[in-house]
Amino acid sequence: MAESKPITKNVDWMVVLIYIACLGIGWVNIYAAVYNPETHSSIFDLSNNAGKQLMWIGTTFILIICILVIDYKFYETFSFIIYAIVIFLLVVVLFAGSNINGSRSWIKFGAISLQPAQFANLAVSLAISKYLSDPAISLSRKFKDYYPILGIIALPSVLILLSNETGSMLVFASFAIILYREGMPGFIPSIGIVSAMLLIISLLYNSWYISGVIILIAGIAIWAMPVMTRRRGGLIATVLVATVMISIVFGVDFFMNHVLQKHQRGRIMVLLDPDSDPRGIGWNVIQSKIAIGSGGFSGKGFLQGTQTKFDFVPEQSTDFIFCTVGEEHGFIGTAIVVTLFVLLISRLVILAERQRSRFARVYGYCVAGIFFFHFLVNVGMTIGLMPVIGIPLPFFSYGGSSLWSFSVLLFIFLKIDAQRPFTLSRG
Amino acid sequence: MLENRRFVIIGFFALIGIIYLFRLFYLQVLDESYSIESSSNSIKRVTEIPFRGQIYDRNGKLIVYNTPVYDLLVTPYKVKVDDTLRFCKVLGIERREFDSLIHVASVYSKMKPSLFLRQLSKEDFASIQDIMVDYSGFEFAKSSMRTYKAATLANTLGYVSEISKKQLEEQEEPYYRQSDYIGQTGIERIYENELRGKRGTKFVMQNVNGVYKGAWKNGELDTMAVAGENLYSGIDLEIQQYADSLMMNKVGSVVAIEPKTGQILSMASAPTYDPNILATRHFSKNYTALYRNPYKPLFNRPVMASYRPGSTFKLIQALIGLQEGVITPNSGFTHANCPIGCHVHPATPNVVMGVMHSCNPYFYNVFRRIIYNNKITNTFKASAVGLDDWHDKISKFGIGQQLGIDLPSERKGNLPDKKYYDKIYGENRWKFSNIYSLSIGEGEILITPLKMANVAAIIANRGYYYTPHVIHGIGEGRKLKPEFAVRHESGVAPQHFEPVIEGMLGAVEGGTARRSRVEGISIAGKTGTSQNKRGKDHSIFIAFAPVDDPKIAIAVFVENAGSGGSAAAPIANLIIEKYLTGKVTNKALEERIMHADLMKDVILPAPPKPVIKDTTKRRNSIPFVREKPTEQSSKKVINWFKI
Repeated sequence: MAESKPITKNVDWMVVLIYIACLGIGWVNIYAAVYNPETHSSIFDLSNNAGKQLMWIGTTFILIICILVIDYKFYETFSFIIYAIVIFLLVVVLFAGSNINGSRSWIKFGAISLQPAQFANLAVSLAISKYLSDPAISLSRKFKDYYPILGIIALPSVLILLSNETGSMLVFASFAIILYREGMPGFIPSIGIVSAMLLIISLLYNSWYISGVIILIAGIAIWAMPVMTRRRGGLIATVLVATVMISIVFGVDFFMNHVLQKHQRGRIMVLLDPDSDPRGIGWNVIQSKIAIGSGGFSGKGFLQGTQTKFDFVPEQSTDFIFCTVGEEHGFIGTAIVVTLFVLLISRLVILAERQRSRFARVYGYCVAGIFFFHFLVNVGMTIGLMPVIGIPLPFFSYGGSSLWSFSVLLFIFLKIDAQRPFTLSRG
Repeated sequence: MLENRRFVIIGFFALIGIIYLFRLFYLQVLDESYSIESSSNSIKRVTEIPFRGQIYDRNGKLIVYNTPVYDLLVTPYKVKVDDTLRFCKVLGIERREFDSLIHVASVYSKMKPSLFLRQLSKEDFASIQDIMVDYSGFEFAKSSMRTYKAATLANTLGYVSEISKKQLEEQEEPYYRQSDYIGQTGIERIYENELRGKRGTKFVMQNVNGVYKGAWKNGELDTMAVAGENLYSGIDLEIQQYADSLMMNKVGSVVAIEPKTGQILSMASAPTYDPNILATRHFSKNYTALYRNPYKPLFNRPVMASYRPGSTFKLIQALIGLQEGVITPNSGFTHANCPIGCHVHPATPNVVMGVMHSCNPYFYNVFRRIIYNNKITNTFKASAVGLDDWHDKISKFGIGQQLGIDLPSERKGNLPDKKYYDKIYGENRWKFSNIYSLSIGEGEILITPLKMANVAAIIANRGYYYTPHVIHGIGEGRKLKPEFAVRHESGVAPQHFEPVIEGMLGAVEGGTARRSRVEGISIAGKTGTSQNKRGKDHSIFIAFAPVDDPKIAIAVFVENAGSGGSAAAPIANLIIEKYLTGKVTNKALEERIMHADLMKDVILPAPPKPVIKDTTKRRNSIPFVREKPTEQSSKKVINWFKI
C-alpha cells in the first residue's frame, strides 16, 4: 500500500532543495534588512523580523509534516469545504478584522495575526482543480463551463477588495495560465497581452496618434490581404479589431483621468516614468533601483548595504526584500534568485504534466502560476518594470501568513505528486 | 495538442526570467549612475520647504510675511556629546530637557533626523553655529516663521501650526508629513493650498558620517521649492488698527465693507490678541491661555457670533413693505393699538420719519401688512403663508444663510419660517400676534455682524451686493475667485431705497444717532438695540457713507453696551471719517470711546472651571494678550526654551 512507503522516497527532492535554499537566503536577507549597525542585534533575536521569521520557519516545518502525513485524497475530497472555510474567514475579517496598515484584513489569535487573504490562493486553486477534475468539462468547446470558474474566483475577489487588499486580488490573474493549459483558446491570452501592451502605449502617447497608427496598419492589412479573404469577412474582422483597439485606447484615457483616484494614477504613471515624481510615489521605485543598482556585479557584502540600512527603501524586509539581495550580493545574488524561481516554476510545470489525475495536474499548474505571478510582480516592481503593488516574494519576504500559505500550497502538491505512482489515470 | 502548451508556458516563464536578468545586468553592471563611486556613500533626500505666501492689505502694505528661522535636528545614533553640560549651556537648556529631547527623538527613529529644537532666530543661529560643529549628530534646517507686521486681524488671518495627528490621518491625498505646518483657521486655512507653495526635493550624496558629497546625478532629479502664492486683501491696515483701538476694552465686532466690490475693509473681533504669539514656538502655552480666557478671544465674532438685529432690521422691513406695495413712502402710523411700546418722538407720517425715529409701532404695522398681504381670511393660515413669503424675501438679503465669505465657520444665524413656528406652537396654532417681535428685529431672528454689514452694503448699492470677501487677488495674476464676482440682487427695486436712506440720513443728523454725526460727511445710519438674556442690551449700528457715492458700509456691534447710539454709532462714525478723510475731527469723542471700558457689563458664560470666577482678576487676564511677542523671540537663546 501507498501509506507504507516512506514519503521521503517519492517526494521531489529538487523542489524541496530549491524551497530550502529560498528560505535560507530569504532569512539571511531579512536579517540584513533589519540589521542595525549600531546595536549589532543577533539574527536569533526575537524582537526583530529575522528572529521572528526563524520562528515562522520552525512552525512552517511542523505544518509541512502535517501535510505530508495527511492522506493525499483529503485535499481533493475536501477542496470545496476548504474553499468555504476560507470564504467564511474572509467574511469574518471584514467585520472583526484588525486594522493594520490601512487594510482590515488581519485576524488576531492572541499574539499571532493571520491574513486570510493569503490563503485565498490555496482555496481557489483547490476549488478550480476539483471543478476541472470532472472529465466532462471542456474549456475548449463549451463556453458555459467557464461560469463556475469565474464564480469561484469572483467571490473571494470581491471580499478581498472590500478588505482593501488589492494586491492579493490581482494574484488571481495567474489562473489564466491553467485555463490556457486546460484548453482556453490561445487568442484569449493573446488578446490579454495585446491589450496590456496597448494599455501601456496609450498611457505614454496621445490617444489620437495611436488611433492614427492603428488605422494606418489596418488599412495596410486590408490592402495587402488576398481578395478572397477580404470578401470572406476579413474586411469586417479587421475593421472590428481596429475599432475595438481604438476604443481601448480612449477607454484607458478616460479610465485614467476620470475613474482612478490620484494615488492610483500615480502608481501607474510612476511605473512608466519614475522620475516624474521623484519625491512622492516615485521615491520607492527610485530608491529601490538605487539600492539594487549600487550593488554592482558582486555586491557590497553581507550587512554592508547602505541604501537598505538607513530606511531609504520602505517595506525593507517584506515587499522590497529583493533590494537587499541586490545591494549586498550584487548581480550574482539577484541572478541566483531569479534562476531559482525560474527553475522552481518550470519544475512544477514538469511535475504537473506527469500527473495522472486531472485534479493533480490542474492544481500543480495553479501553484506554478501563483508563484510565477508573485515573482513577476514583486521582482518587477523593485527593478522598475512593474507598478508598485504590495505583494510578497514567496519564501523571501518576511511574514508568517505568506510563508505558511506558500508552503502549504507547495507541499500539498508535493504530497499529491509523491502518491502519483499509486493513483489511477482518469483523464 | 493541449499537452504541448506546456512548452509555451515554460517558454513564457523562461522569457520573463531572461528579461529580468538582462534588466538586472543593465541596472547593476552597465548603468554607472547607480553605482556611486565609493560604496559607502549613500543618497539622501533633502526636502526644501517653500516660504508660505505673503498677505497684503489694499494699499500694498504687508500684513503677514515670513521670517527665516532655523530648526535644530538631531540624529540620535550619531550623537556624540562629550561634555553634555557645556552643550546644554550653549543651547540654554537643562540637562533634564536634553535627555528627554534625545529620548523623544530616539523613540521616533535612531537613524533619521528629527526635530530637537524649533525656530531659532537668525541671531541665535549665528551665535551657536560655530560651536555646534564640535557636536556630531546635530544639524540645522532652514525653516520660516509667520510674522505679522501689526498686532491685529488675529482671528481673520487665523494661525499656522504643526499638523495634528488627526489631520495627518484624514488628509485626502498624502501631502503633509509629521511636523509639517498647516493653516488652522481663518485665511490661513481657507487658502492653505494657495499659500503653502510646492515643496522641493534635492538628492544629495553623503558618506557614512553624513558629510555632504555633492548632488546626486548632478541634480537632475532635484525639484526647486516654489514659494506659495501671495494673497491680496481688501483690508485697510490703518483702519483695521484704528477699529481695534476703538474696540479696546469692549466685546464685539466691527465689519466694514466696500459696497461696490464686497471687499472687506476691516474686520475687528474684540477682544483680540497679537497673532504673533501663536507663531512662535510658545504656541501651545499661548494657545491654552487664549483658549481658557473667559472672553473667548479665539472666537471670531464678526462671522461666528449671533445676535438679534434689533432696530437695524427695520430697514429691511421698510424695504420689503415698499417693494410689496403694502406701504407707500407716505404711509403713516401712530402709536395707537400697538402692543410694542415706544419712546417719545415727533409724529411719523411717512417712511422717512419712521426710520429716522425708529418708531416701533410704525414697523409693527408694516410687518402686519406684509404678513397679511394675501387673500386668506383665516388669520392662522394667512400668517403661515405670509411668513413664508416674507422669509423668502428676507433671505435675498443674505439673512438666515451663509453668505459664503472666505473664512471658516461662518454662522447662518436664524431666520424663522413657517416650519420653525409649527415646531414651537403646532401647525395653525400661531399667528401674527405670536411673532410680531420680528417686526423690530427681536424675537427669534438671529444675525451675525457680517450679515448686517452686508445689509448696509445692499442699501448703499440700492439693491445688490457682492459676497463679502477678505481676499480679492490670488497670486501674481491677482485672480479673483469667481464666486466673488457674482452680483446678487436683493429683489427690491432701487427707487424704494431712497426714502429709507433719507430716514437713515435723518437718524444720523437728528435722530437716534445724532450724537456722533460727522461734520461734512453725509452718513446714512441706523441704530439697533439688541435685547438679550445675558444682561444689558447690545449696542448696534449699521451705516454707509457718503450717501451719494458710498465707499464704505459698516456694522458695529458692542456687547452689553446699551443703546445703539451710545457706543456702536460713535465707533462706526469715527471709522467712517478716518477712512474717508484720513483724520478725525472730534478728538474728544475719539478719546472718550478709546478709553471707555464696556467690559464690566459683559456677563460671562458660566466658566468651565470655577477658578476664573474671581471677577476682580478678570481684567488682568486680558492684558497679556496684547503683549508684544516680538520681544520674546528676540530674547537670548539662554532663555528661549524655558519661556
